[in-house]
Formats: sequence, structure tokens, C-alpha cells
Amino acid sequence: MNYFPDEVIEHVFDFVVSHRDRNSISLVCKSWHKIERLSRKEVFIGNCYAINPERLIGRFPCLKSLTLKGKPHFADFNLVPHEWGGFVLPWIEALARSRVGLEELRLKRMVVTDESLELLSRSFANFKSLVLVSCEGFTTDGLASIAANCRQLRELDLQENEIDDHRGQWLNCFPDSCTTLISLNFACLKGETNVAALERLVARSPNLKSLKLNRAVPLDALARLMSCAPQLVDLGVGSYENEPDPESFAKLMTAIEKCMSLRSLSGFLEVAPLCLPAFYPICQNLISLNLSYAAEIQGNHLIKLIQLCKRLQRLWILDSIGDKGLAVVAATCKELQELRVFPSDVHGEEDNNAAVTEVGLVAISAGCPKLHSILYFCKQMTNAALIAVAKNCPNFIRFRLCILEPHKPDHITSQSLDEGFGAIVQACKGLRRLSVSGLLTDQVFLYIGMYAEQLEMLSIAFAGDTDKGMLYVLNGCKKMRKLEIRDSPFGNAALLADVGRYETMRSLWMSSCEVTLGGCKRLAQNSPRLNVEIINENENNRMEQNEEDEREKVDKLYLYRTVVGTRKDAPPYVRIL
Amino acid sequence: MEVTNGLNLKDTELRLGLPGAQEEQQLEVSCVRSNNKRKNNDSTEESAPPPAKTQIVGWPPVRSNRKNNNNKNVSYVKVSMDGAPYLRKIDLKMYKNYPELLKALENMFKFTVGEYSEREGYKGSGFVPTYEDKDGDWMLVGDVPWDMFSSSCQKLRIMKGSEAPTAL
Repeated sequence: MNYFPDEVIEHVFDFVVSHRDRNSISLVCKSWHKIERLSRKEVFIGNCYAINPERLIGRFPCLKSLTLKGKPHFADFNLVPHEWGGFVLPWIEALARSRVGLEELRLKRMVVTDESLELLSRSFANFKSLVLVSCEGFTTDGLASIAANCRQLRELDLQENEIDDHRGQWLNCFPDSCTTLISLNFACLKGETNVAALERLVARSPNLKSLKLNRAVPLDALARLMSCAPQLVDLGVGSYENEPDPESFAKLMTAIEKCMSLRSLSGFLEVAPLCLPAFYPICQNLISLNLSYAAEIQGNHLIKLIQLCKRLQRLWILDSIGDKGLAVVAATCKELQELRVFPSDVHGEEDNNAAVTEVGLVAISAGCPKLHSILYFCKQMTNAALIAVAKNCPNFIRFRLCILEPHKPDHITSQSLDEGFGAIVQACKGLRRLSVSGLLTDQVFLYIGMYAEQLEMLSIAFAGDTDKGMLYVLNGCKKMRKLEIRDSPFGNAALLADVGRYETMRSLWMSSCEVTLGGCKRLAQNSPRLNVEIINENENNRMEQNEEDEREKVDKLYLYRTVVGTRKDAPPYVRIL
Repeated sequence: MEVTNGLNLKDTELRLGLPGAQEEQQLEVSCVRSNNKRKNNDSTEESAPPPAKTQIVGWPPVRSNRKNNNNKNVSYVKVSMDGAPYLRKIDLKMYKNYPELLKALENMFKFTVGEYSEREGYKGSGFVPTYEDKDGDWMLVGDVPWDMFSSSCQKLRIMKGSEAPTAL
């Protein structure tokens, strides 16, 4: 089979970068499998319990970069109890014991401890990049270890983590010899920051391209930082609550004007809107703008800013922008590819006339032909609007619509939104991710099963009437990888119809549905390659056999394929069947 | 119209039921008021607390740090209780005073808090509510005025009474 020596084949494989493609290559023949696995540098593990560290290291001894994901997606919304799992320590320990020369670690929804970070920092001489997204369990002491011990550190990117801020001096722990930083993001830290240490660090990091500050970094410090780093491409602004004095403002303007490479702006965590004009000069260069934490920037200030951002490709914003603001986006941002509109008034307590509706969504779809990803929180929607959106934008890859009130129908016709979502899946042939909401019957799932051929991830909440709904999806969407369902009337019949199907998916989550303990047991019975986890809300864990009622509904079911059997680190209220 | 439950309904023009269905109005209001934990005279309050807007766990699907950040009307803090497997989260802004908060905690974790006295803290039941303030110190719930507490409380922990004296 091989006409070329291994080194040549390996060289060819170097051009194949995507994980899926490399996985496919490794299936061609034994020889390719071997060459591929020995040359693989980056490994992506979507579910840390699908495999174990020993097998990972055994197969890919030369790996340099590892991505691990732990808890299921709904953990972001407090649906997964605290000690459920997703601990990174065993992975780091195993990697440290082996000869793997780890350089990059990317974790999402995992539990990371200071001990893990300390071990990580001491075990890999060439460690360069740590990216933690939605993780928890560590403190700034752990960050201090990373800063102090990772001599080659290029990237420390902390996104949306829950970090206990011990108000220590972790920034001081970067040695004076550390000059390799390219990316530093600590926006999610809640405590005070040693601004002087930060300034010194930035001053000695000529390669710094991305800097994201937390609340504690004030305006005048920002100006000094930007003067030291005019090469910045990506900036996250901290906060400055007071009205800026003219001198500080002028300094900020001067500093910003020099940052001609700036392409991405975020943060504004507590920002006096009057400071925004300092950023006007660079708006025309921006391709990404994240104002979703900027509750103070509203109305005209926001609109003036957006009108200058003609090259924007990515916009994350709060719904206080209103339909009017979205119309401005539609008129200005013709290059827009991704839009996320987050709710500012989560419990609908204020009579918020400025919030977005279906009007804004239609305007965006009409004005932004390149739009392919959307996350949209709103209070109301209509089928007509969704049908119009589908017609305007058949290129959606990700479409996530969240109507704040569960079961809410089309607010004009009072009908369900089946037809609207049906239009979306029918028109958007490349749709990979979908979240549905509002009043929905089994019909919408019939449409999804029929048309959403490329769908990989589906989120369902408060929708459907009978088991048929779930069955339409499982039977129709052949590429489904992650299915998450809450508060919907799907039960055992749907769950058990095609048990083999679940091995073709990464995971299934069902909470507050109609599945029973008996159903889950039957599911687990002949499925050695599935872990079926039942998470029991009730403190009186009804684990004893004699008290068990198989007809009892299960609060939370999480099942996933695995090649390493039952995990050993589950807490007592998680039962693995 | 007579004053009912301390509220003169006519004056406040509550429209909880159909016009004319005044019987219903009274029933709804009294039902709501019996759920209302306020002990002080809130008869000046015009609108009843909104039971329709009861919060569903994990809905809308927005991360807590976003909820806290974007809406100054909410302030979610973690609550742990010694011995309980789960941590919970509560929104401090839902409560106006200590009795309300303590009642909610008692309901959530199924325990009763002891008698509070300034001198001796909580006596009697064996459970002591404590909180972590902005400086990172663990304090006894109840010592400072409510507003000061609610703006500085970062986390709550319900300790088993036997541990409390030494730990604090």
C-alpha cells in the first residue's frame, strides 16, 4: 500500500489539521494508523469520561496540545450539582508521569484545583499555553504557580471561570525574565489587581497581542498600558466608574490612536459611557466587539459607537440595544457573521420597552447577508418573522433562539412556533446547532428530523407533546452528537426506541422529562459502552433496593458513550447504572 | 369598600380578576399575602409580589455571572450547608430583611436556625448562618444592618453549631 517512506506520509499528514480528518486517516490501514498516532500533536477530547489518560498517552505519545471538556453544557445554568465530576487532576498526574512534552492545555467545564495547576506548572518545561473556560475550583494561588514556574508561558486565557480571588500578588509572580507573553486574559477575576505589576509585565512583553483586564484596572492605568502595547490586537477594557477628568481622557485618546492593530474590543465592565469617544478612532478597524457585560452603555452612546464599526464580523451585545439599535447594526455592519444578544433584564421585572423583539431579528437577517451564527434572547417571536429570517439567511450554521417565557406562542396569532422553526431548518441546509423555545408541539420535531440533516447539537426546553417528538429527532438527524432536553414530555418509549443510536453520539441529557428509573435501567442493561448516570435531587438518596420504585421519574439523566466503563469519581448522589 | 387585610383594595385599584369579580380579588390578594413573609407594615405596597414570575432553575439559560453583572436587581450568591451534597444559589435581592432570608434558607435546606442575640449569636438549633464578606472574612449573619450585609455578602455557609464557635 505504501509507495512512500513513512516520513513522507507523515509530512503529508502534517497538512491535515482537523481532528475529524485525522481520525478518518487513522482508520485507513494499520500503517497509516501508526504513522498518524505517532505524529499527532493535538488531541481533542469532547468528554473527559469517554476515555482515560492512560489510553490517551498510550495512543498519542507525542502529543503537545490537549483539549478536554468535562461537565455537560447545562452545567452552565446550575443544572448539574457541584461535585458531579470533571476533575482534571488525574489527567495532569498521568501526563506528568509520562514522557509527554505537554505544551498546551485547554479545558472547558472542568474542576481545576490549585494543586493541579501547581503540578502542571512544574511538570512540563515547555509549557506554553493554558486556556480555561467555565472552570472552577481554583484560586489566584494556582495562577501564581503558573506565573512563577512556566518559563515559556505565552498564553494564559481565563474565560468565565469561577476563581476564588485571594487578592494575592499573582501578577508579581511572573519573573522579570518572562518576556514571552502573547495573550493574557483575567477579565473574570473579581478582586483587586496589582496594577503596577501588570504595567511592568506588559512593558516587558513585546509580543503581547491580547490583553483582557478585570474590573479593578482603572482608566489612567489603561492609558499607560496601551501606550506600552500599541501592538495589541485584542483588548478587554476593565472599568472606571468615575467621570474621567479631561487629562486622563486625553491620555487615553492618544494611547488608543496609536493602536492601529486593534481588531477586537471587549469588557467595559463598568464603564462611564463618556469615555467611549476615546475609542472612536479605531472602530473602523474592529472586527469583533463584545459589549455584553457593558450594562452601562446604552442608547445613543451605543449607537454612535456601532455606526463607526463598519467592518464588524462579530458582535455580542445586551438586549438594551433594542430593535432600533439592531436596525443600526443591520444598516452598518454588512460583514457581520456572528451576533449574540443577551438579556439584560433576566426576570422581566422592568417594563423594558427597549428590549429586542422579532422586528430586530428580521432587520438583522435582511441587512447582514453573511450572518451564520446567532444567539438571540427576546420576549416575543412570530412565525412570520422566523419565516422571513429563513428566507433572508439560508446560511445559518448556528441558530439559537431563546424566548424568555417558556411555552410562549406566536404573539400575534397565538399559534405554536412550529412553522417558524420549520422554515429555519428547511432553508438552512448547513445548520449544525439549534436551540428552540416558545410554544412548540411534536410537529417542530418532525420538521427537524426531516430537514436538519447536518444538525449536530440540539437544545430543547419546555417543548413537545409526546414521545414522537424525540423519536422524530433521533430517527431523522443522523449527525446528531449532543442532544440536551429539559422539561419536555419525552419518556421511556422515546429513550429506548434505538439504544444503539447513543453510541453514535457524544451524549444525551434529559432533565425533568418523563423517563423513569425502570426505563434507564433497561437502557443501561445491554449497553456496556454507555454510561447511564442518574442524578438524584432528593437528599434522601433512595438507593436501597427495596425502596426503589421503577416507575419513579428520574430527575436528571445524563448518558454518554465511553470505552473505559464506569467512572470511579462520581459523588454519592450520582448513580451510574 | 371595607379595608381588607390592611389593604384598601379600592384605593389601590388592584385588577387581579375581572371587573366586578371583587370576591376573587380579595381571595387572590389574601392568598398572596399569606405567602408574603413580610412582617412589617407593607400595606403601602401597591402591587402584590409576582408569584407568576417564580424563578425556574437554570432558566433563562444564562450564566450566573452574566445575570449578576447585567441586572443590578439580582445578586446570586452560593449557599453551602455543612453535610449537604449540593451547593445552592440564591438571589439576595429577593429578600428585604434577615427574617425573609433565614426563612428561605430554612426552607431550602430543611433546618431551623437558632435564636439570634447580639451577645451570643445563634442559640438553640445547632445551625449557624455565616457569610463571607468583601474582605474575605467569615462573619455571622445578622450583626450588621441588612443593606450593608446584602451588598457585601459574597457567599453563605450554614455551619453546624458544634463547629461554629471555633471556626469563627
